[in-house]
Amino acid sequence: MSGLEATVLVLVGMGGTAVVAVRDPLRQAMVASLFGILLAILFFVLQAPDVALSEIVVGAVALPLMILLSLAKIRGGSR
Amino acid sequence: MSVLAYGVPIWLLVVGLYGIVTSRNLLHQIISLSVVQASTSVLLLTVGFRAGAAAPVFADIPATRPAVDPVVQALSLTDAVVGATVSALLLAVAVQVHKRTGTLDPDALRRRPER
Amino acid sequence: MTPRVRRVVFLVAAGALAGVLAWGFGGLPRFGTFDGAYGQILNHVAVPQRHITDVVAAVNFDYRGFDTLGEEFIFFAAVLGVALILRTQRGEHAGHLADHATGRAVPPTSDAVRVLGLLLTPPAVLFSIYVVTHGHLTPGGGFQGGVILATGVLLIYLAGEFDDLHGLYTEPALERGAAVGVAGYVAIGLLGMAAGTAFLDNVLPLGRLGSIFSAGTVPLINLSVGLEIAAGLVLLLTNFLHQTIVIRPVVGRSA
Repeated sequence: MSGLEATVLVLVGMGGTAVVAVRDPLRQAMVASLFGILLAILFFVLQAPDVALSEIVVGAVALPLMILLSLAKIRGGSR
Repeated sequence: MSVLAYGVPIWLLVVGLYGIVTSRNLLHQIISLSVVQASTSVLLLTVGFRAGAAAPVFADIPATRPAVDPVVQALSLTDAVVGATVSALLLAVAVQVHKRTGTLDPDALRRRPER
Repeated sequence: MTPRVRRVVFLVAAGALAGVLAWGFGGLPRFGTFDGAYGQILNHVAVPQRHITDVVAAVNFDYRGFDTLGEEFIFFAAVLGVALILRTQRGEHAGHLADHATGRAVPPTSDAVRVLGLLLTPPAVLFSIYVVTHGHLTPGGGFQGGVILATGVLLIYLAGEFDDLHGLYTEPALERGAAVGVAGYVAIGLLGMAAGTAFLDNVLPLGRLGSIFSAGTVPLINLSVGLEIAAGLVLLLTNFLHQTIVIRPVVGRSA
């Protein structure tokens, strides 16, 4: 296995740990977006462009957006 | 090197489960669930990989070039869509839970008396 | 069970799980040497047989099109479920539109954001149409293009006011678009049965390899999936926004 694949796999492992280690949901949404991009890079390196595109639009755009919208409702409360 | 390729999905699974089990916030649990879902996609793609092969898209390369496995990529694609929809439903439920009970702590929710 | 005990039990169980998985994965072929029969056959057969260059799209929409039909219905059901969960409940009413997210005075949208939103929306829509229509030639397809189209629509919210987007919340065209997208997939499948072969069989003319009108039913399925995903995702996100910005509890009653 080349060094590129090894490096990206290690980065993905570290990214997953970071997502779980961050406890505040607002910051976690941003780290999750970064994790989505790292996963997409891994999928590109593993020669899967379709899956990488799908992971970018879901993991880096749609999911953090939904988390932020839920947080807005939860933080704003019933004012 | 196979150790790394097959070890990272195991690590992501265990780390995500740890986040779910020891979490104090429903939203944190939902995002840790997405880490668990990513682990299966990574495993599928590392299994289907062939060294030195190209992506299974023959728009600009001749169709006789060796390519990686397309079946596992189709499975991973469906995996990503389903993961997003599950997270959306869970977030909606979390919003309603917070509205009704004012808290997002799973332990506090468990201790509430049944009404 | 206290949190400490729970953590210890989890660590023991996770160690056992990781051990079993590692033992199981030991039986997998070495990384980079996978020689699965189906993948090999498909890579050799898909291009001449279906005149399609993106083999992953061929697997998703042609060889295993039934699974993708199920995936589209999962998405549709999730949009339905979110609309149901986040509907106006007893004890709430739809108040006037105001951004109450943090309680601070919300500053008006800056001009830079407005200009950027205006400039980025047409390229996003155009790019999404490109991704959807070329799904059978290059990486992409209905799902990815649909999500890009939905984010293009949400740029309107970011650059403008919620009024512009809230008009869409009550727009029946969105719900009809999502329904038409899902029903279109089933209708294309029924075309196969009408032609005398199986459900979801590729019965349209296959065309010339590399042109947009190739691969039979796959570009049509991409279009209907893109429509459903875009409309469904906009509906999903406007439901969440509606909660924050419109729904209020009735004064005098607790939620």
